[in-house]
Amino acid sequence: MPTFVYMTRCDGCGHCVDICPSDIMHIDPKYRRALNIEPSMCWECYSCVKACPQNAIDARGYADFAPLGHSVRVLREEGKGTVSWKIKFRDGTEKDFVSPIRTTPWGSIKSPADYDAPTGDSFTDQQLAHEPEFLKVGELPTLDPAGQETD
Amino acid sequence: MGLFSRRKTVFVDSDILVIGGGMAGCGATYEARYWGRDLKIVCVEKANIERSGAVAQGLYAINTYMGMRWGENQPEDHVRYARNDLLGLVREDLGYDIARHVDSCVHKFEEWGLPMMRDPETGRYQREGKWQIMIHGESYKPIVAEAACKAATEVYNRIMVTHLLTDKTAANRVAGAVGFNVRTGDFYVFRATAVIVCAGGASHIYKPRAVGEGMGRTWYAPWSSASAYALPILVGAKMTQMENRIVLTRFKDGYGPVGAYFLHLKTYTENAYGEEYESRWTEHTRNLVGDYVDKHPVPTCLRNHALLEEQKAGRGPIRMVTKEAFQDPHKETVGWENLLGMTIGQAVVWASQNIDPKHTNPELTTSEPYVMGSHATCSGAWASGPEDCAPDDYQWGYNRMMTVDGLFGAGDTIGGAAHKFSSGSFTEGRIAAKAAVNYVNDLGRDRPVVSETEYQRLKKVIYQPLENYAVGRNEIVAGTVSPSYLLPMQGLQRLEKIMDEYVGGIGANYITNEPLLTRGLELLEMLREDLDHLGAEDLHQLQRAWELHHRVVASESVTHHTMFRTETRWPGYYYRGDYPKLNDTDWHCFTLSRFDRESGTWELETAPVHHIID
Repeated sequence: MPTFVYMTRCDGCGHCVDICPSDIMHIDPKYRRALNIEPSMCWECYSCVKACPQNAIDARGYADFAPLGHSVRVLREEGKGTVSWKIKFRDGTEKDFVSPIRTTPWGSIKSPADYDAPTGDSFTDQQLAHEPEFLKVGELPTLDPAGQETD
Repeated sequence: MGLFSRRKTVFVDSDILVIGGGMAGCGATYEARYWGRDLKIVCVEKANIERSGAVAQGLYAINTYMGMRWGENQPEDHVRYARNDLLGLVREDLGYDIARHVDSCVHKFEEWGLPMMRDPETGRYQREGKWQIMIHGESYKPIVAEAACKAATEVYNRIMVTHLLTDKTAANRVAGAVGFNVRTGDFYVFRATAVIVCAGGASHIYKPRAVGEGMGRTWYAPWSSASAYALPILVGAKMTQMENRIVLTRFKDGYGPVGAYFLHLKTYTENAYGEEYESRWTEHTRNLVGDYVDKHPVPTCLRNHALLEEQKAGRGPIRMVTKEAFQDPHKETVGWENLLGMTIGQAVVWASQNIDPKHTNPELTTSEPYVMGSHATCSGAWASGPEDCAPDDYQWGYNRMMTVDGLFGAGDTIGGAAHKFSSGSFTEGRIAAKAAVNYVNDLGRDRPVVSETEYQRLKKVIYQPLENYAVGRNEIVAGTVSPSYLLPMQGLQRLEKIMDEYVGGIGANYITNEPLLTRGLELLEMLREDLDHLGAEDLHQLQRAWELHHRVVASESVTHHTMFRTETRWPGYYYRGDYPKLNDTDWHCFTLSRFDRESGTWELETAPVHHIID
């Protein structure tokens, strides 16, 4: 299912161009709207479909093995924190699914620089940031070097 | 350089340069800031960090989580598991190091807002299997990227890094990297004291099963273009286990994941006639690999092997028996959301072919081979291990530093440590970054110097495909056939055909031998020479040209390593027809290679496998 763009819905905003991991969503110079310039390098990751404010992008199963007449539509709503799916089979069967995408507000993650700066010996021991606290087991496990065996 | 000499050059200075903003790169960027408060930390990404790397699409499970806080597993257990799965050959120090830290990363993901599923009875994370926990991971990558963006001094999106730079006077010391902006075409020179390579492994070095429009629906992301390997190889870093390519058993055509189906939904496989077949091949497999077939769980490659043998015996297709489990509405939902969460294309295949797993048992198939350092496989750079537990000959400097000074790596880049997956790659990025900060701090005022001659030479090389095209296209009326240049896709198709036929791809039933490999290397060398004649119509094609360069370098490495290891270590991943059995007497060791850029030759050697865990 490489992606394609509906002519009447796309306004050429370029969100899909900006997000596509494969660099295959481009703006057509003549029509000033987006298109998939290299369907054979499309992973069907739906990043562009989710990013499109106009819902102008859809996917049609790869011609090599996907018969026509199906659709898998998605609506990702950051405000509601959900992603919703509608699957339509070639024979008309439909299935709907909704999943959460995030439990905290977007942008709420603290920079590591907002934590107290590490000092002294912590640079040379094996602990990483937020350890041992975030291990939730007292201390970082270590191997006893004396117990090492080789063959 | 005529036509393109006016191209702008942008210089970016940093203390630590992170190449690749996937899971490993985000972990590295985050940790570098924690320890290096005053350092300049730059992350450079080929696409957009919000949706880049193998996790761009999302994940429905985190495959590496110990659960130490609930006493579920200990790091030693994970080392034993990975060692069994790779038939004895893993860097136990590296694997242990990741396993002991990984829980703290996963707990941080939850704090950041990643929705974790919980077992309603125990309140613990919902287990999919012994090591896997289930998540609603549609936004796994954007969440992790947000943390990295908060930490970085600067994130540069849409820059394809093509080469690393070494110090002007010390050839074995990294000094930065060069690349180009895929949108503006500007040339970028990154000058850095330490570089952490967190780029992607290799899809599309072998011919995939679909070669038309569907060639992009590979199991591993098509944008994973082997930069993880080509960048270090070209500056002389030692690589290990590059022959250890991976083949995946997945749902047919979409390569949708099977982990949740096997482990959580308890679906199982059968042949075309409804028979269990894996046990039928146990004795046959024992004859090839000995007692490794008795390990629990059965190593990934050996399960592939049983499936392949059953198909060769004429009893395919192999199917996943889903009809029983999917009668449970909860399991049906999990089964579908699992696909939508990480391989949407499989849902499309099933919808298009009217495959409802409640009524039809879907077919399975084996993928073409991929080269990775993060899954049930461990190709990558040979890296120094953790100071407190790495054996002496696995330690020559800072943790996760390669054999080039100042050059670090994580994720797909670092070899020997299998079963990292997303959380382990992020963890390894953190480990590498803390070490890189120490490296930078210890150097004081001693900083590497890039050579202007070198980056000016590379500038010409990098843009050459645009010039080749601009000049060559005037020779022909129109179309894609030129006597003077190859388009990137044409070169890619040649690479995939060579690797498929000579280095054990699907077309050869994963079998190769010394004569085939020898011929494969001859053809790869001609392809490498032809890369000087790539033609790129625009910047998008220029990106494809350099992705192809990286894939070809990695492929040569894979082929040399495959030639060197004269045994069949991992039946089900590949077979040496001339050495069909596992040979623990001679080959219970790592393979190491080094490419000498001056002479253009590859040197191979072995290194011992030290077992530091019983």
